[in-house]
Amino acid sequence: MSTADRSDADADGTAVALTVDGDQVELSVAPETSLLRALRDAGHLATTGACEQGECGSCSVLLDGRMVCSCLVPAVTCASAEVRTVTSLCAPDVADALVAHGAVQCGFCTPGFVVAIETALRTAGDRVLSTDEMHEHLAGNLCRCTGYAGLVTAALEVQRARLAAGAGRST
Amino acid sequence: MSVTAPTRSASPSIGVDHERPDVRAKISGEFEFSNDAVAPGMLFGATVRSPHPHARIVAIDTRAALAMEGVVTILTADDVPGDRIIGHITADQPVFAFDRVRYEGEPIAFVIATSQRLAWRAADAVTVEYSPLPVLTDPEAALDPDAPLLHPDGNLVRRLVIDHGSECHGAEVEVSGTWWTGRQDQAFLGPESGLARPDPDGGVTVLIATQDLHLDQVQIAAALGIDTSLVRVVCGGVGGAFGGREDVTCQIHLALAALLTGRPVKTTFRRRESFLAHPKRHPARLAYRIGADRDGTLRYVWARIRLDGGAYASTSMPVIGVAAYFAAGPYRFDGVDIVGESVYTNNPVSGAMRGFGAVQACFGIESTLDLLAAELDIDPVELRRRNALRPGDRFPTSGQIVGPSAPVIEVIERCAALPLPEPSPQLHPYARPGGTGLTTLGEGVRRGVGFAVGVKHMLYGEGTPEWCDATVRLSSGGVEVLSAAVEVGQGITAVLESVAREELEPALGEIPIRVGPASTAAGYAGSSSASRQTWMSAGAVRAACRDLLAKLDLAVVSDVGWEQAVTDQVIAGEATYRPRATEAGDPTTGRGDVHVAWMFVAHRAVVDVDVELGTVKVVQIATSQDVGRAVHPREIHGQILGGIAQGLGLALNEELRVHDGIALNPSFTDYLVPTAADMPEMLVDLVEVAEPEAPYGLKGVGEPPSLSSTPAIAAAIRAASGAPLRRVPIHPDDIVTMTATSDPVEVPET
Ligand code: FES
Ligand code: FES
Repeated sequence: MSTADRSDADADGTAVALTVDGDQVELSVAPETSLLRALRDAGHLATTGACEQGECGSCSVLLDGRMVCSCLVPAVTCASAEVRTVTSLCAPDVADALVAHGAVQCGFCTPGFVVAIETALRTAGDRVLSTDEMHEHLAGNLCRCTGYAGLVTAALEVQRARLAAGAGRST
Repeated sequence: MSVTAPTRSASPSIGVDHERPDVRAKISGEFEFSNDAVAPGMLFGATVRSPHPHARIVAIDTRAALAMEGVVTILTADDVPGDRIIGHITADQPVFAFDRVRYEGEPIAFVIATSQRLAWRAADAVTVEYSPLPVLTDPEAALDPDAPLLHPDGNLVRRLVIDHGSECHGAEVEVSGTWWTGRQDQAFLGPESGLARPDPDGGVTVLIATQDLHLDQVQIAAALGIDTSLVRVVCGGVGGAFGGREDVTCQIHLALAALLTGRPVKTTFRRRESFLAHPKRHPARLAYRIGADRDGTLRYVWARIRLDGGAYASTSMPVIGVAAYFAAGPYRFDGVDIVGESVYTNNPVSGAMRGFGAVQACFGIESTLDLLAAELDIDPVELRRRNALRPGDRFPTSGQIVGPSAPVIEVIERCAALPLPEPSPQLHPYARPGGTGLTTLGEGVRRGVGFAVGVKHMLYGEGTPEWCDATVRLSSGGVEVLSAAVEVGQGITAVLESVAREELEPALGEIPIRVGPASTAAGYAGSSSASRQTWMSAGAVRAACRDLLAKLDLAVVSDVGWEQAVTDQVIAGEATYRPRATEAGDPTTGRGDVHVAWMFVAHRAVVDVDVELGTVKVVQIATSQDVGRAVHPREIHGQILGGIAQGLGLALNEELRVHDGIALNPSFTDYLVPTAADMPEMLVDLVEVAEPEAPYGLKGVGEPPSLSSTPAIAAAIRAASGAPLRRVPIHPDDIVTMTATSDPVEVPET
């Protein structure tokens, strides 16, 4: 499917070159186009957008290493930026833990949670997070289906396993 | 989360956790949601919606919008070739408003353009001239003689009477109370979206995130004025539903646009539009009187329930039926006198949401029982235990005999026995009511415990015809299960796979099993709602598998293996499953064979309340739920935990506020879905007593978690604060001022 078939891209927009999950891409964006919409228009559909108001975290990506709501970032400001989405951030241990703890139902929130969990673990570094702390770390992402217990348990389990393996942080 | 392990069955597949077929793609982001769909040359649609809750449409001017470059066409009511009024139970809702609008957000036109952004911009350029009409917003006034008439037959959608047994007065003790529940939104995360494309035979294919492919199909066909067989509905990836996708939103607009333009047409709603577009949980007023003996034996329940149905009927007919039939809870009563009414107003349309009327009824009966427990000085758990239905009793409203799978006492006793949290309120900022804002050092924090019991039926009931088809195809590639059962996130695809495995692997050995795409081509399954789809689909797939096995020479299969036995043939097993039929209840007594079977649940809530600030921290929710037989224990836990989160939302923070018919908070900024930080420790206990009516003895599990979690939390807050609290969601103001509710609700004469 070509970009034109998505047809929401702005043909006479500003050209913005950036890296998405390690690939060089060039986007054509209007001044009001969010990074989320620009990514999706260019066929990067793994990142979802439930509110486009910065409230749900489903659109979470790493922008130059920092977690952002991609719906709030104007794409025109992302020239030369390095964007990482769930596509390159989804580590096998996180995926396995999410499966094992029944943390996925409709799945609309899941890509954002994968980014948020990875960010929480990196931010914590070698410090073991308590259950309450993990709840706080993940409180920027909404999930309407699971009640969060599986997501939080999975995140805590991955952290313990990584620390036990001496990895501290991955990827 | 701690879990009491249910007893495991010896069978190979049912009762054992399996990896969901969709889970890895959902984690990696490769799963295709309906708004990910694309088609070459597709156009985009945007809906023009009414800003008025009640107004006459004087003129619609599309010229400026049509003149914009890239705008292809604009559809209005004049372009609807078939029925201009649709509805899946009551046909009362225009495809596009003509003549007048009855709620804020009602669709008036659909703009088709070459990009979504352009379509939105052009929709803003459509000018509609309105002449405002008097707005009916108070459901208590809807039946007054001078109320504006919203529909030709009046403002009553349905009145239901359930009245039988002893007279409802003259008990040794009587308590009474009136209760209210607010307007909750399903707030699923995946916004409404779909993609329609014209087919060469003059028909149309609609890919849509929905809960019921066939209900969409018949309504699309009726509006287009074409044969149902020309409308194919395919399930797009659904980002949650909870009842909010039972009604048509963009389906007909897309199909019409695709046929008129000859091109694929897609639309995706924005969040505000999603809030305005789909029906919500009915706001309810529940007036109760309960009579009892001094020893706590219940005598009668009298209830008057009024639901705000909003501008169109949607599912109000069955929702008020459910509210009335579960208004007496799972208790023994000698007499019941219940009147349920759902009325039209110019508020947002009310419809289906998880629990479907039983949520509101549960809040009414359980809250009134707590008044009785206080009056009699009996422990609230003991009062419920003493009066709980037992197998062989008559259900209090319908008068049906409940079968052996009625573990009401078990769910009460087991829930009450689950461990309590540490007794003293923790002072860690994360654990404080009000959170980390340093709002309190804990001096005003009081702990409270509340308990509630819920009940609801499974399947449609009240005489609604019900069946489910399935096909199981065996070929050299393995088994494919074909069904129209919609995966809304609940895990139905995993159930279909497990049932096929359970039935086929003993005869065929290990075999690849995959679940085909859900579409109207795969037979009929009915909706993924009413805690019915697992039961219905399991029944259909089981029978289809048995049909397939009957067509095979099993001796040959066991000699040479299924691959050799099948070679290049395709052998199909087919079946239609029908549960026991139900009937409408008697119009005056309400008695009758109204439901097939019931689910029971108990919740205990522990809360810390800062009584000076009115802030609440839910510390723990414990639940015991009757699940018949657990098909996938892990997925059932997921349903229970997610349902509790929604029950917590209704108790504390979720309400779409509406003033003069205008929604005040249609965004995730102001409509507060619980976050991870709001969620307590949750203890889950599954009670398994096989349901003899159901395949494998299973029960639906989706709705019970949302029934009694809300009243349990409300009871806990009352216990902690002493505030009377008659309305959910509970506001901090209600607690601090010790009032029943800070909302300006009119208390009707009861
Ligand atoms: S879509 Fe970006 S925060 Fe919701
Ligand atoms: S799994 Fe549906 S929103 Fe999280």
